[in-house]
Amino acid sequence: MSTKATPILEVKELGIDFGGLTAVNDLDLAIYDKEIVGLIGPNGAGKTTVFNLLTKVYKPTRGSIFFDGKDTAGKTVVDINKAGIARTFQNIRLFNNLTVLDNVRTAYHNNIRYSPVEAVFRLPGYYAKEREIEGKSRELLEIMELGQYAEVTAGNLPYGAQRRLEIARAMATEPKLLLLDEPAAGMNPQETDDLMRMIRFVRDHFEIAVLLIEHDMQLVMGICERIYVLNYGMLLAQGVPAEIQANPDVIKAYLGD
Amino acid sequence: MENKKGILGYLLNNRHRSRTISYTMVAAAYILLEILLKTGNLSNLFTGLLVPATCYLVAAIGLNLNVGVSGELNLGQAGFMAVGAFSGVCVSGVLAGTVPPVLRLILAIIIGMLLTAFVGFLIGIPVLKLQGDYLAIVTLAFGQIVMNLIMNLYVAFDSTGIKFSFVESKFTLGEGGKYLINGPMGATGTERIANFTAGTILVIFALVVVYNLIYSRSGRAIMAARDNRIAAESIGINIAKTKMMAFVISAALAGAAGALYGLNYSTMVASKFDYNTSILILVYVVLGGLGNFNGTLIATVILFLLPQLLRGLQDYRMLIYAVVLILIMLITNNEFLRTKAASLRKKKA
Amino acid sequence: MHSPAPLSDPFGLSDSALFYIDGSFSQNCKGSACPKPAMRRNAPRRPLQGALYRYEKHESGEPKPAMRFLSNLVTGLGLGSVYAIIALGYTMVYGIAKMLNFAHGDVIMVGAYVAFFAFTRFGMPMPAGVLLAVVCCTVLGVVVERLAYKPLRQASSLSVLITAIGVSYFLQNAAQLLWSASPKMFPPIISTGVLKIGGLSIAYLTLLTIATCIIVMICLTLFINRTKTGSAMRACSEDKDAARLMGINVNQIISLTFAIGSGLAAIAAVLLCANYPTVTPTLGSMPGIKAFTAAVFGGIGSIPGALLGGLLLGIIEILSKAYISTQLSDVIVFGVLIVILLVKPTGLLGKKLSEKV
Repeated sequence: MSTKATPILEVKELGIDFGGLTAVNDLDLAIYDKEIVGLIGPNGAGKTTVFNLLTKVYKPTRGSIFFDGKDTAGKTVVDINKAGIARTFQNIRLFNNLTVLDNVRTAYHNNIRYSPVEAVFRLPGYYAKEREIEGKSRELLEIMELGQYAEVTAGNLPYGAQRRLEIARAMATEPKLLLLDEPAAGMNPQETDDLMRMIRFVRDHFEIAVLLIEHDMQLVMGICERIYVLNYGMLLAQGVPAEIQANPDVIKAYLGD
Repeated sequence: MENKKGILGYLLNNRHRSRTISYTMVAAAYILLEILLKTGNLSNLFTGLLVPATCYLVAAIGLNLNVGVSGELNLGQAGFMAVGAFSGVCVSGVLAGTVPPVLRLILAIIIGMLLTAFVGFLIGIPVLKLQGDYLAIVTLAFGQIVMNLIMNLYVAFDSTGIKFSFVESKFTLGEGGKYLINGPMGATGTERIANFTAGTILVIFALVVVYNLIYSRSGRAIMAARDNRIAAESIGINIAKTKMMAFVISAALAGAAGALYGLNYSTMVASKFDYNTSILILVYVVLGGLGNFNGTLIATVILFLLPQLLRGLQDYRMLIYAVVLILIMLITNNEFLRTKAASLRKKKA
Repeated sequence: MHSPAPLSDPFGLSDSALFYIDGSFSQNCKGSACPKPAMRRNAPRRPLQGALYRYEKHESGEPKPAMRFLSNLVTGLGLGSVYAIIALGYTMVYGIAKMLNFAHGDVIMVGAYVAFFAFTRFGMPMPAGVLLAVVCCTVLGVVVERLAYKPLRQASSLSVLITAIGVSYFLQNAAQLLWSASPKMFPPIISTGVLKIGGLSIAYLTLLTIATCIIVMICLTLFINRTKTGSAMRACSEDKDAARLMGINVNQIISLTFAIGSGLAAIAAVLLCANYPTVTPTLGSMPGIKAFTAAVFGGIGSIPGALLGGLLLGIIEILSKAYISTQLSDVIVFGVLIVILLVKPTGLLGKKLSEKV
């Protein structure tokens, strides 16, 4: 793997302090095209903080993040999404009062554009672009098996469907890298199986890289090609699933001393 | 996809039903009132209320875009109305005699609207940096500031051109000169060129703008930013920009409403547009339902007319108005009634 | 036509602001009851007590600029103390019930009427009248909370806001029906004399106002920090659900908060009317809005913030009236609020808000 050319995401000596507390330190990561990579670790290890650093919700105290070969320093959350990183959230963040379809439509904001003037005066551009948005959105809903819910208000969706909708919405921004924060949380084994299938399909169909945080080892070991283990904000181990499963440090971190 | 069920199906499908109802209501009300007017069946009192009612409708539609759709509480809508009103009065005053009334009214409304949009943009820059109740209090503060500034503004017009002065009236006017805005005395001697038809057209215009915006890329972005700021940013929506769009359009509509309002009275003082008026409009919006423009139309008309309808009760009318307001809030938020209504709705569906 | 009687002006405002905190009166009163600025200027000038009087008397030998500034500062502190006491009511209710109580200003108005009738019609002595006003307002505050706000605990904050506006309309119009819209003259509550310190003379009333504010602050701080009920209040303002789990009766605490806030409103009412002796059904709205601004200024929900905000607001208002422009003082006051919120988005002493991602 590591012999491949340039990684799509490269993190070098990344670190962040909150007040006096170091949440993430000296983190090196590399993710290559079309890879599914897992980021695991005990609770409080700093996994979500890493996502927040990658998406610029937090500004790093140290280190640098290169995406698509470019330094991301100084970029905002919005810039990062435009550059091609999309994410989901551990605590689901949908647009609860919009329909499922509109949640996905909204995410085409930057990729299929027309001006408010075209909208207000209903110029031809409006109709053409809206048709395109609707077509693509419905396609994503089908992929995530949400077609039946298209007109349902997002806040009223069952839990598992809400998580899948977050993925559909993130995909609508047409990213090169998808960050999934505990996508299987709260799902039953059947739903988790379906989800794994969908994640793989999304990766193959859209040819993107996926980095996911997950506690469900069935999912992590099932679909991740490589795994990074985080503990106390530091990298504890990395490797293919089999290596990680056999790593004594990892076992110790998970089971405690 | 939408044309399968024919034109009626198109008009009544989920996405279009509410606006079809809105336009129908406005058109029906207009036709009915025009018939009553033409046949002389409308009392003087009600005739006088028609234009102000349309002004409040437009301002309320605009405010609902900001409060309901964009989710930002604005307690300064009357300040924007004031900007529109006094700029409209000035435009009309300057053009009097040279431009026919209808065109003058249109120009006054357009310029009032654009100027208010600009003021809204300037105010929006600091205001939209804040959130929640802090944002609300700052809009209130700006509303009061705008009102106070206009109360100290003197604008006069004579053969040499337009003159402005602040705090004190410092100019001497030449032949045929007149004050357009005279400080605390406000606008005096305004030619009353507003009419009900113009008001109705403006209401329709406001509805078209708002509905077309909501069912579009920008509208969805505005609602997304309201529902979940962080998620909206994560999909590349610039929160400041979308909030600003809603704020400015809301202000522009208030400005247009103000221009019409100002041209409906021969005299008008700026203190008319204090925070009490802002709150009045907010009450229309909240009682009509956030983001529900049919609700805004109905609530505005009813609540605007209520004090007039209660006129027979004289001193008690505002007291009753207050009680009605409180009772509506208590009833619509009653847990028991809410669950009952929800279960009824479910049964129907 | 109602002609303004010569009044003591212990705040030493410029004469166009003689009768009211600017705008409170003129914007709401209509018709002949409203003294126009021109009228006020032409009103016969009898010797006035207080700081203003001193300026007029020494017209030949202008008071030294430094002294004048000091005097204005004290006046501002006096006005600020009134704002601070009102702001405490706003801030406590906001801190615990998380609602903008728009009707708070009207509780002040009711307090003012009660005190007015206690002093004039029933001839009660000052402390008894104040006590009566406090009791009435406390009861009013609790009753309003029970009837109008309590059923809305689970409702959206906008519904509560509209209800509060309804309550405000109700109180104003009820007062108008009961006591008519025509202004009533509030009697002086203490000697109108001045205390001279060096070249500076301060009206006793101003001293009383500032002292009352200090006492109220000390009592309230002790209550909040030293008593069991006080810590229950703090718990409720942090997290109502957790407080409930700890066995705190949250409804009782909210009632108590309204009771304290309304009681303070009554004290503020007496001080306000002693300084600006015109009692009308709308007298509470403008001071209410200003005090609300003060609460936000200092960081809404914070008790020291309310004090700081109130005092600053009073000082800014008086100084801008004295040195910049009477007409534009509101513009300056609200302008400063905006600037402060831009620099510190949650007010001077407010807690930082952040959302976990």
